Amino acid sequence: MSPLRYYPGFLPMTIFCLVILYAPLLVVMVYSFNESTSITRWGGFSLTWYKEVFWGVEAAKFKTAAWNSIIIAVSASITATTIATAAALAMLRGGMFRGKVASFALINLPLMVPEIVTAVATLIFFSAIGFQRGLLSILLAHIVFCIPFAYLPIAARLQGIEAHFEQAAMDLYASRWQAFRLVLLPLMLPGIIAGLLLAFIISLDDFIITSFVKGAGIETLPTAIFGAVKQGIKPDIMAISTLMLVVSILFVTASHFIGKLGNQTT
Amino acid sequence: MAAQAPSSGSAATTFAPARIWLMMPSWAIIGFFLLLPVLLMLVYSFLTKEFRGGVVWEFSLASYDKFFFDRGLFGDEPPQIQWTYISIFWRSTWQAGLATFFCLLVGFPTAWFIATRPARTRAIWLFMVTIPYWVNLLIRTVSMKFLIRDNGPLNELFLAMGLIDSPITMINTNFAVQLGLFYSYLPFMVLPIYASVERYNFALSEAAADLYASRWVTMRRIVLPVVQPGIIAGCILVFVPSLGAFLAPDLLGGAKNWMIGSLIEDQFKGAAGNWPFGAAVAMVLLSLVLIVLMLYARSQSRGAR
Amino acid sequence: MKQALLKTVAVTAILSASVAQAEGELSIYHWFEYIPQELLVRFTEETGIKVTMDTYDSNESMLASLKGGTLGSYDVAVPGDYMVQIMRDEGMLDTIAEGELANKGNIEPQWLDVGFDPGRMHSIPYQWGSTSFSVNREVYAGEINTTDIIFNPPEELKGKINVLDTQGELLALASLHLGIPQCSTDRDQLKLLSETVNAAKANWASFNSDGAKDVLVSGDAAVGMIWNGFGAKARNEGAPIEYAYPKEGYVVWMDNVVLLKDAPNRENAIKFMDFLLQPENIAEVSNFAQYTAGVTGVTPLLTDDLKSSPEQNPPADAPAGTFVQVCDAETQALYDAIWTRLKN
Repeated sequence: MSPLRYYPGFLPMTIFCLVILYAPLLVVMVYSFNESTSITRWGGFSLTWYKEVFWGVEAAKFKTAAWNSIIIAVSASITATTIATAAALAMLRGGMFRGKVASFALINLPLMVPEIVTAVATLIFFSAIGFQRGLLSILLAHIVFCIPFAYLPIAARLQGIEAHFEQAAMDLYASRWQAFRLVLLPLMLPGIIAGLLLAFIISLDDFIITSFVKGAGIETLPTAIFGAVKQGIKPDIMAISTLMLVVSILFVTASHFIGKLGNQTT
Repeated sequence: MAAQAPSSGSAATTFAPARIWLMMPSWAIIGFFLLLPVLLMLVYSFLTKEFRGGVVWEFSLASYDKFFFDRGLFGDEPPQIQWTYISIFWRSTWQAGLATFFCLLVGFPTAWFIATRPARTRAIWLFMVTIPYWVNLLIRTVSMKFLIRDNGPLNELFLAMGLIDSPITMINTNFAVQLGLFYSYLPFMVLPIYASVERYNFALSEAAADLYASRWVTMRRIVLPVVQPGIIAGCILVFVPSLGAFLAPDLLGGAKNWMIGSLIEDQFKGAAGNWPFGAAVAMVLLSLVLIVLMLYARSQSRGAR
Repeated sequence: MKQALLKTVAVTAILSASVAQAEGELSIYHWFEYIPQELLVRFTEETGIKVTMDTYDSNESMLASLKGGTLGSYDVAVPGDYMVQIMRDEGMLDTIAEGELANKGNIEPQWLDVGFDPGRMHSIPYQWGSTSFSVNREVYAGEINTTDIIFNPPEELKGKINVLDTQGELLALASLHLGIPQCSTDRDQLKLLSETVNAAKANWASFNSDGAKDVLVSGDAAVGMIWNGFGAKARNEGAPIEYAYPKEGYVVWMDNVVLLKDAPNRENAIKFMDFLLQPENIAEVSNFAQYTAGVTGVTPLLTDDLKSSPEQNPPADAPAGTFVQVCDAETQALYDAIWTRLKN
């Protein structure tokens, strides 16, 4: 270990950082397997609460909510990724044009506006134009804030690809569309998949905006969990949380390895 | 935010003829479903509130007046400065600032430590910091709420270790909110700092050491100025979402430690039902954030010169 | 990418289609934890009507949400007495025609011609009960039948009080504490009310309605302003608490199922109301939520546990409860201002 890189106290700080990040999650994971109904006493290992989640009285509600979440996350992430890929092509392969800086700002606007402000503005907008709030209103709001999250990895990837590739294809009389589909798209794919996964998780996680724009009787997993948690943290909520945690971790791991794969192939 | 602005120089032009069509969907979706709504919100903040929810289309400055001036319970006293909302903003700014400070305090050493690991283990460390970032924020906040409640695992642990005699009340305090913000946004601090430390050229440190600079002098005089952009980016990524946070104050702070997010939410979903006032508060929040971002952009462009 | 786009368009089309279709459905806007899931399942089995339900945690937030644009997407809601009157005055309720409800005759006579809905033109009784507070007897052994516990608490209870986040009931209880009318226009009385609640707030730990039971069970709060049935549930879940009947008075209320204006499934809403007017169905709600129904023939169907619950049976010397009153818009604005000052 080079002494230049070593600073005393930095290792304990790192360990502290990881402990604080993981302790609450681990505690919830452990207590989701608690036999006892009293959530603060340990009553032995059991899968009761997982049974409750899948077959209990509330199961239908959470199943519908999970289904809504997935429909919205899939539709929003695919749409946002498509839009973001087009935007990345224009921004990085479109030369200089008027309004380019403004376009860049617009794409990143959803990242700059605080979530609660976006939520309120969207609610006001839908209410003012008399748009019936339902799944569709949630989907539209999700597409908006998914675009920059999909854009960032796609643009980063495209920036690393030299323009010679598609230029060569077009010199050989490929149409612009063919050059994109046959040459550029395969090269961009790791970035696009990373963007898609990112957008998917961001949509799946969203609570504030969804809770403002959702319609009557429509819940996503986060809003259903929030509603339940307001009445107290029950063990079945911990079981659901643990399940969502596992899904998130699977997705990060997947995107991590796909990203790696992409780096190795170029 | 952390992305680089489009470079002005030799931009490739292979797709230049199609660029209008390629940009169109982004312009349309974000313009129509975000930019327009924000402008509409600005308009709403100047409307008259309808009794219990909704608006009347009549121009009024009542929302901003209510925000800044107190005219007494009956509205007929001489106006005084209304400290209620200013103090909610002050509390939010203070909490967000404090969270940024603590995140920096813990995040910088962590980022440094990870960036100086050998390539193989570095990926594992980094991966471990990234995972919590991807776990649903709601679930993370709920977990924290469970951990620190009066009869929760943390108090049980302290009691068992004999550190305390009776449970300490942490939930529903400003401390709990602070802990929640710190915990929520800590990964946002680590990642950008890591990115700049990773690019740091250690030859600079070697040169400093050759000139007999101590380790900490090197850190302060050489390292910090070089990795500063990463630090600033991290601070913004923590400060901005903390300022408008809703979940941490709502779930961990009880109803007495309101931050701006709770105030806005109550105007639309709670009993208050005052849309124009909620829109006005949201506008003030948005202006604050844009000011911070503009200062950031200016510091960036000055740094580039 | 073209294919992805097409798929997205298809999914979007399906989504909007499912929003438009509304046959055989019922959309309920209800208080949280107030109807057993099993009863809704049975309603679906008997009628084939699919039920969706959203929940709220106060009369005021329900009103705000409906006025904010959700009116027209729900069929029925369950406002308290004074809120029925407000919603009626705002024109948010639909009228139930004479003879439309087959089981209207089951309503107990005393709840048939009520002040907030004369002749029951828009509503049916759901449950009624009282609002007071429960005290953890392991923390405090002294006298609890006084509103001082909330508004002027003894030392050992300071900072351990949770109050309901409901404007109407909290300000009514405070008015009873001070012995002033609920719709006062007297400036000194209003000022006193505002100062009293603001001073008391320093001793309160939280405003929490949906968590009101949980904070008592978990021990996070030693005193909880609470609805009697919710307090009984907390006690049944192991909280060592006693429900108080303050000598200054306490709030009584009746929640009612109302037919909302522009209900998308009006017929199904009527079916649901008829369903709830059958004693065996509404008794199930009482046994679940621990309140009292307003329908004849329910008593034999109640659990012994509920019949003997201290939250249901005030001691002989307890005063009668008071309903929350509806003030005119101008006076109401003053009470709204007091509430806003309290909450911020």
